[in-house]
Amino acid sequence: MSKTLVCDGNEAAAWGVALARPDMVAVYPITPQSSLAEYISQFVADGIIKADLMDVEGEHSVLSVLQGACLAGARTFTATCGQGLAFMFEPYYRTPPLRLPIVMSIVTRDGITPQSVWGGQQDAMTVREAGWIHMYCENAQEVLDTVVMAYKIAEHRDVMIPVNVNHDGNYLSYGVEKLELPDQEEVDAFLGRKDTNWHAALDPERPMAVDPLTGGAGGAGPALFVRYRKGLCKGMQNALKVIPEVHEEWAKRFGRSYAPLVEEYRLEDADYAVVTIGGMTGAGKDAVDLAREAGQRVGLIKVKTFRPFPLEALRKSLSKVRAVGVVDRSVSFGWNSGPVYQELLSALYGLSQRIPAISFIGGLAGADITIEHFSRVIETTAKAFKGEVAEGPIWLNE
Amino acid sequence: MRRQARKAFDESRIPNDLCPIATELTVLRTGDWRAERPVVDRDKCVKCATCWTYCPTQCIVEKETWFEAGLEICKGCGICAQECPHHAITMIEEVEE
Repeated sequence: MSKTLVCDGNEAAAWGVALARPDMVAVYPITPQSSLAEYISQFVADGIIKADLMDVEGEHSVLSVLQGACLAGARTFTATCGQGLAFMFEPYYRTPPLRLPIVMSIVTRDGITPQSVWGGQQDAMTVREAGWIHMYCENAQEVLDTVVMAYKIAEHRDVMIPVNVNHDGNYLSYGVEKLELPDQEEVDAFLGRKDTNWHAALDPERPMAVDPLTGGAGGAGPALFVRYRKGLCKGMQNALKVIPEVHEEWAKRFGRSYAPLVEEYRLEDADYAVVTIGGMTGAGKDAVDLAREAGQRVGLIKVKTFRPFPLEALRKSLSKVRAVGVVDRSVSFGWNSGPVYQELLSALYGLSQRIPAISFIGGLAGADITIEHFSRVIETTAKAFKGEVAEGPIWLNE
Repeated sequence: MRRQARKAFDESRIPNDLCPIATELTVLRTGDWRAERPVVDRDKCVKCATCWTYCPTQCIVEKETWFEAGLEICKGCGICAQECPHHAITMIEEVEE
């Protein structure tokens, strides 16, 4: 029997980890992830999680320890954000090409300068090209469910790529919701046998070098390097198939379904749409409902999976509307826009019809993106639909 | 940590574009990088193993009464020559034969 819980997003993530029965967890606290590290530690102390807990001296060691554990056959978990993620970057970049199915929550945080301990997606967005799968959650229940699903996705033999399950710092990390805790036996049956190192088991009887120096100007090195690069790209494309399959199986078994790649909300007869990612989506949907009551034909497109980029799914959704307003909770400095907006333009390129798209940036450094903000996004996008296209980016919290 | 169950590791069934691993050092001959080679004065060498300890490529091999660098791997960094307490190692420029 499943149980009902009242908890915040960080505790929800910890329950997801507990259900996945990891062998080793390593954590280093950083706001707003700290309480997640504390829940994990408490669960280990209470015997809810029967895993080795590594208290290490920093995030660089956190992920390095987990790489070794994963190569030895362990199912692993950690969580970080902001500066912690920055400090972790070297092993972070190494994990996907090693094809180690580690799961890590990023409790997204803005910064690093000006200094901020509050929510924003700048940290996760900054590392979007490091080869990890990135999924953004909308509420605490989705956090719990996605953490469990992440193991099945990461460990799938056609994927073998680490997964970041991202939830918004402050709003999702500390916001308390009522949610359902799935039954352990059901989760065991869902996840199946754990096998994290079938491709590269560390074994004293079979000595080997993991990640040997590869490349150079001659010999087999450069071609070998290309082979591994292509392998990771292929794994990412495979994930675009596996992520929906895993979500579908979850829905069948547990009765909760989520759009695995891109969600469409009231889009069927919409003239235009707002595009969201992460926890802001709730306010976006409320604003769409209000605008609908007022007779506006507006819908919403939510991006859940940002890596691999859901090109076809997004293109299909975009083909239904004639203008979009994209709300980012981070900044692409080089493009003077948000990263979701910037990448959405690539999806638009494949459409037969050119439609206007406007970049909005909001919710930086803990700012709330309210229904009023979304109403403004909807109004501005409605004008673009009628031909009056505002120049972006439009900063919502100025 | 639970002990990992022993299982046969069948490499033939693993895609060759996953985790880069090496079970033998065939990918890279760092000796190709060398501009200078370490030459050991066998009369001066006392087999203290300082060169063996410091060599970043671990290419120093033990001979009967001296140590010397394995030239397939030695990249000619010269650390052994710098560290040798008996000044038994000289770096000699590599020239085309």
